[in-house]
Amino acid sequence: MRKLIWTLAVIAPMIGSAARAEDTIKLGYIDPLSGGGASVGEGGLKTFQYLAEEINAKGGILGRKVEIVPFDNKTNPQETLVQAQKAIDAGVRYITQGNGSSVGLALEDFVTKYNTRNPGKEVLYFNYAAVDPAMTNEKCSYWHFRWDASSDIKMEALTNYIKDVASIKKVYLINQDYSFGQSVRSDARKMLTAKRPDVQIVGDELHPLLKVTDFSPYIAKIKASGADSVITGNWGQDIALLLKAAADAGLKVNWYTYYAGGAGGPTAIKQTGLDHQVFQLTEGFANSGHQPAMDYEKAFRAKVNMSLWYPRAVNEMRMFKAAAEKANSVEPVKVAAALEDLKLEVLDGGTGFMRKDDHQFFQPIYISSFGKLAANEPFDEENTGWGWHLVTKVDTPQAMVSTTCKMTRP
Amino acid sequence: MVHECAVLELIVISSLNGVLFGMLLFLLSSGLTVIFSMMGVLNFAHASFYMLGAFFGFQLTKWIGFWPAFVLAPLLVGAIGMVVERYGLRNTHKHGHVAELLLTFGLAFAIEEIVSMIWGRSPVDYRVPALLDFPAFTIFSTNYPAYKIFMLAVSVVIFVALLLVLKRTRVGLIVQAALTHPHMVGHLGHNVGRVFMVVFGVGSALAGLAGVIAGPALVTQSDMAASLGPILFVVIVFGGLGSLPGAFVASLVIGLVQTFAVALNGSLASVFGPLDSPGGPSALSDIWNVTIAQVAPIIPYLLLVIILIVRPMGLMGTRES
Amino acid sequence: MTTATTSVSGPAANAAGENMRFYGVWLVGVIVLVVLPLVFSSGGSLTSFSLIGIAIVFALSYNILLGQTGLLSFGHAVHYGLGGFMACHMMNAVVSHGWPIPLPFIPLFGGLGGLAFAILVSWLMTKRAGTVFAMISLGIGELVASSSLILRSVFGGEAGITTDRTALPRMFGWTFGPQIQVYYLIAFWLVVSAIAMYALTRTPLGRISNAVRDNPERVQFIGYDPHVVRYLAYCFAGFFAGIAGGLAAISFEIANSAYLGAIQSGLVLFATFIGGTAYFFGPILGAILVTYLQLGLTSVTSVWQLYFGIIFIGIVMFSPGGIAGLLMMHRPLLRAGTLWTVIPSYLVAIVPTVALGCGVVLMIETIARYSGGEASAINLFGIAFNPRSPATWIAAAVLVAGGFVIARLTWRRIGEAWDRAATIARDRGYLA
Repeated sequence: MRKLIWTLAVIAPMIGSAARAEDTIKLGYIDPLSGGGASVGEGGLKTFQYLAEEINAKGGILGRKVEIVPFDNKTNPQETLVQAQKAIDAGVRYITQGNGSSVGLALEDFVTKYNTRNPGKEVLYFNYAAVDPAMTNEKCSYWHFRWDASSDIKMEALTNYIKDVASIKKVYLINQDYSFGQSVRSDARKMLTAKRPDVQIVGDELHPLLKVTDFSPYIAKIKASGADSVITGNWGQDIALLLKAAADAGLKVNWYTYYAGGAGGPTAIKQTGLDHQVFQLTEGFANSGHQPAMDYEKAFRAKVNMSLWYPRAVNEMRMFKAAAEKANSVEPVKVAAALEDLKLEVLDGGTGFMRKDDHQFFQPIYISSFGKLAANEPFDEENTGWGWHLVTKVDTPQAMVSTTCKMTRP
Repeated sequence: MVHECAVLELIVISSLNGVLFGMLLFLLSSGLTVIFSMMGVLNFAHASFYMLGAFFGFQLTKWIGFWPAFVLAPLLVGAIGMVVERYGLRNTHKHGHVAELLLTFGLAFAIEEIVSMIWGRSPVDYRVPALLDFPAFTIFSTNYPAYKIFMLAVSVVIFVALLLVLKRTRVGLIVQAALTHPHMVGHLGHNVGRVFMVVFGVGSALAGLAGVIAGPALVTQSDMAASLGPILFVVIVFGGLGSLPGAFVASLVIGLVQTFAVALNGSLASVFGPLDSPGGPSALSDIWNVTIAQVAPIIPYLLLVIILIVRPMGLMGTRES
Repeated sequence: MTTATTSVSGPAANAAGENMRFYGVWLVGVIVLVVLPLVFSSGGSLTSFSLIGIAIVFALSYNILLGQTGLLSFGHAVHYGLGGFMACHMMNAVVSHGWPIPLPFIPLFGGLGGLAFAILVSWLMTKRAGTVFAMISLGIGELVASSSLILRSVFGGEAGITTDRTALPRMFGWTFGPQIQVYYLIAFWLVVSAIAMYALTRTPLGRISNAVRDNPERVQFIGYDPHVVRYLAYCFAGFFAGIAGGLAAISFEIANSAYLGAIQSGLVLFATFIGGTAYFFGPILGAILVTYLQLGLTSVTSVWQLYFGIIFIGIVMFSPGGIAGLLMMHRPLLRAGTLWTVIPSYLVAIVPTVALGCGVVLMIETIARYSGGEASAINLFGIAFNPRSPATWIAAAVLVAGGFVIARLTWRRIGEAWDRAATIARDRGYLA
């Protein structure tokens, strides 16, 4: 028995590591595929598989087919590093990941160290959803590229919108007590005071991450503060329970959120009946009105049976292809160089570019509200009958932030 | 005057919210207390039974409406609990309490995965029944939904009913006796095994009932067990093992403490003034600047550790384990 | 309960031969550790071996509590995590201050970190054993895990503390950049810790810990304070958990709050219990199996957690002594020479039991994919099953039902054969 276990333990990693022919471009997808985060991770996987099929149907990248190789990291940073190692063994030179900034930071650090220690075998990290500003500031890396708007970019866009809305007078901040929530909070404070000194920040709350079951005390405080708008970076059950408690107590404010549209979010908003009072910041959404994007959304929904959560993934893959073709190589070092300062017509219309200084992609940001659909808005979310409605589009120049990144280049 | 009014408002509303939350905790932990006090089993799967209750409630509501589900779902969960006791725990009992506990530990793992296999991992759309979907009353312009009052009422009814059954009926007497003198009860001709099975079934059914009721108010999804599990242990251990009134009081205390901690926005810095630290951020400055609201959810664990050190039998318990 | 007590109970035990065998086992273990990476040299397998090594140290440290002293802890990862943070801070301090401490000594500081916290909290924790201890450990575990996100300057918040192991002073010219060097470092500490922990079980403290586990009152009567014994055992467990955490910090070059959390505490309990708490080598088997399953199962199936749960329930119900207990059951039969009478019934039982297992796996996978809306075929031993076809459902049902009915018959046969063999062994004096 003991021998058997040993043999199994020994053989399995070996099988996983057997080198395969180098004819496809392997993109390692490292995200949660089991446990609590799996619904989000599987959505991302389906998106990337769709995108790879699309590219392959048009002849691949430089004639080579793209293969998405999934790895389950259970949203755990340590597990991520193990999976990254597994991915590299399987011939992956490009890794894409999105869920969890702690995971993203660990992976960024790993990739940087790996590339220093293994010259000639460089690996690139394409980030499609980890939004901690640190990743393109103090902890920036040459080998990391981010297509999602970091939390400070979104706040820049939001405050540029709030600047011109006179009805917003009292703002309440409520965020989860961890790095992302804190950066939302401090950016909001900083940018609001700079752009709208007359706006009062009547409350600034941090609550523990995913541990609160009853938000009514928080709602009582928001109500007591007399706020007309709430800014929150909450996601998952923290946004659902927050909105439910607000609706129960009859609180009438506008909610400016980062992730109200995440998996389960639309269902929760529909339950609360908060019609067009919940706003979201994204780089694109279903009813954006940009016809190519809406056609794309339609085709995507028909094939994958979910809404396109990640327009940025489309941008990522299109840009990957463009960079490889520009460099005329799929060698990560050359692709990385070609990606710098590369411009792209983004899915939802407008131009975006990958800034050389910090490898952050800048693009137009949309503010949309969730509620009953108008006639020209065909797409609802999660079969609720409600969908996102365009409030405003913040163009690329208004959605840019400076960086403190001092990049070490190879 | 305005200031006093605001303080009064805060106190009234926080007390109300605290009581409501506390009663929800009691609803969840009553079944656990019954099982724990009777069998000495720390049922790690209790929160999983609660989750099963919520999902059964959701599914049955979809098929036959909320009120039939309200009755049927707890019965189903109770039946599952009895099966678990009969074919799992009873066989494990001879290996001691640790083995029993670990069995429920494994069960919790399996149930979570089974639930997400069947219903997926995203939250399901489980709604408050239309009959109770209106604001019951308004205080200081804050609405209190009728559904929350309904939850409160159910908790109180369960508390009174359990207390009556345990103290006033013959069944309750046997259960009480088996708690302290299981062998004696056995010798008197009672089938202790069956008593255990029924008790475990009733405890699970109570968890299921809590799930049916709490599901629409909270988020019904496959990780709801994991997020609520540990706090239930805090409640029953804090209140005293085997003491139903203890669990009731502990639920209220923890509900109120958590709610008031959120309402009071103090930190050491706001009381004693900012810390004069020359060396930038340090562990001390972290502690100094953290607000009570930030640490609200870990206060129960702090209470648990303190009470166990000071009074290992808990608030109203009579024995240690 | 330990290997030693079993070995001396055999009347025919030859002291010198036993000694030889004892050292032989350790020697073989060391040789395997040295040779392993030469056979399997890919980065992934080296990482896996490193993780298994760390998990073994961690599980062995946990068994000082659960197996040796009878303390069920739900917060053992606290010491593991604090050891990891301590090691990371130490590595960064060594680099920034230019201290002449090479990397191989870092796990020691991890151990001291784990020990320091154990000294601090466990005096109050170990006042009582049983449920009270278990609950306090749960509370402390939650408290530390939550505080780690609040005390940002120490724990680095969400992102954790990163470090660079290659920046430390070198030893034997090793940079510790390549995973193979890290593997040997972990293997070295694994051997040292395992020997130390084994030695601990043979000291008077180890013996009296067993007594405290079995009957604290009697220990009190003979003049020892069970509280002190539990406290000391807890400190040792904290120390070795800290070493494991330090090794993990070196391997990953990062320490974050996931190290301290309930999941980590649950995994070590899992590994130790599955392996078997009654024997020293039990947790080693458990750590290997659980780490392997954790790494391997996840790439095969998305519902690995369900298999974890089923395996766990199965072990608790049918073999509460864990894998080690199951193996050691055969020892007296082997000595008495009656093992061969049981083996045929095992062989008969294999076929229906495997069929039952396959049926269960097929059923779980079919349901998982059916409800997940996936159409991909299930590949079981090279045969592809389509989750949408009724044939698959029927095949699964037949395997489960048929396998169960027949397997039960064969299990009964094993029981009977076992009883016969055990009776003979008892007659020959090999089984108490």
